[in-house]
Amino acid sequence: MKEICVSQIEELTARLCVSANINLEPSITAALAEAEETAPLARSVLGQLAENARVAAELRIPMCQDTGMAVVFLEIGQDARVTGGGLYDAVNAGVARGYEEGFLRKSVVADPLRRVNTGDNTPAVIHAEIVPGEVFRVTVAPKGFGSENMSALRMLVPADGRAGVRDFVLETVRRAGANPCPPIIVGVGVGGTFEQCALLAKKALLLDINGRHADPFWAEFEGELLDEINRLGFGPAGFGGRTTALGLRVLTFPTHIAGLPAAVNISCHATRHATGEL
Amino acid sequence: MKKLITTPIDDDTICSLRAGDEVLLTGKIYTARDAAHKRMFENGDEPFPFARAAVYYAGPSPAPPGRPTGSIGPTTSGRMDKYAPALMARGLKVMIGKGQRSPEVMAAIKRYSGLYLAAVGGAAALLSRSVLSSEVIAYPELGAESVRELFVENFPLITAADCHGGCIYALSGEPCEV
Repeated sequence: MKEICVSQIEELTARLCVSANINLEPSITAALAEAEETAPLARSVLGQLAENARVAAELRIPMCQDTGMAVVFLEIGQDARVTGGGLYDAVNAGVARGYEEGFLRKSVVADPLRRVNTGDNTPAVIHAEIVPGEVFRVTVAPKGFGSENMSALRMLVPADGRAGVRDFVLETVRRAGANPCPPIIVGVGVGGTFEQCALLAKKALLLDINGRHADPFWAEFEGELLDEINRLGFGPAGFGGRTTALGLRVLTFPTHIAGLPAAVNISCHATRHATGEL
Repeated sequence: MKKLITTPIDDDTICSLRAGDEVLLTGKIYTARDAAHKRMFENGDEPFPFARAAVYYAGPSPAPPGRPTGSIGPTTSGRMDKYAPALMARGLKVMIGKGQRSPEVMAAIKRYSGLYLAAVGGAAALLSRSVLSSEVIAYPELGAESVRELFVENFPLITAADCHGGCIYALSGEPCEV
């Protein structure tokens, strides 16, 4: 059985918090460069976002001041063992250290109504999954709330079908408008239960924007939804244009005979995630 | 062609701007977001002189050594809609943020000859290069949400709503009603 010390987990988590916030995904950099816009304002916004990614990497400062709430995905091999302390304590210590050492913003309040800042961006939102083997994988996905606030979940019914899911996705993006800093990335979850559907949408944001669902039925639906979103006309920064979304991915799961849960997690172009293994 | 504007801003300049105009702003602006707005609104605080002032809806990341500020992009303006008309009635002229405003804010912009400028959301590192100085002047206990006096030079902005009722977001999905 492989042993992993909590100090290694803290160290890795801290490093991933910093790198995720500073470095834009190459696929998103490419998508910004390839976006076809003719209107001067739309071109100006895309140019500023591309330049922003260069400046952030050069100055080693976060690409967005909202360095997010730290969402941490753990994949823990069933033959791996954590030693030397508590796993979640180590992750939170890593988040606190990364946000301090990386000059990242502390954006977490301890109580949703009484709203006092915790001062170190903890606690993280931690999703742990047991997987085969000895692997120990950490993915840090900081999530800004300009876009998180625009996300939605709806318990559709089977009769709503494909059209119902489509309408809900488009309605959510339309309602978000200029607020989530378009061009956006859209994560869609369909199926499962109430809570799992939201997690599917979140995990869809971790996927390569150039990839497609393994099932051709859903792959085609991903393409159709992205095209329809880009016909809404919001464009970069919401100033009008064809590039409202750079990517859309769907994750699905079997569901109940009575239900059709659908969740839409909206993210800005700074869809951040960094992964490391121990 | 980008227009050069300075703060404190005069009415002639405000009236000369139309939705969609790109501007470069030089001068003092003040950061305030959710928590600071709640205090300015509920307690009647005036942490900076409101007369003809420009407020920037922003909460920057911490400044690394040797730089005046960390990354400093706009936050969503709509969350300040509840407070904005009252602050404009008290003299505030310019709001800088991102995203659509409520019909009440649009009406107040027209009534008080105000101006709503948009910074590009997500361009926070780039925008930090136009900030020459930053000083916390109120509510230090609010951390990122404290009120800062910034001196900016050629800060790149887009006229999002003008005092004539024009609104850039009318061109896209959401209509702006005045």
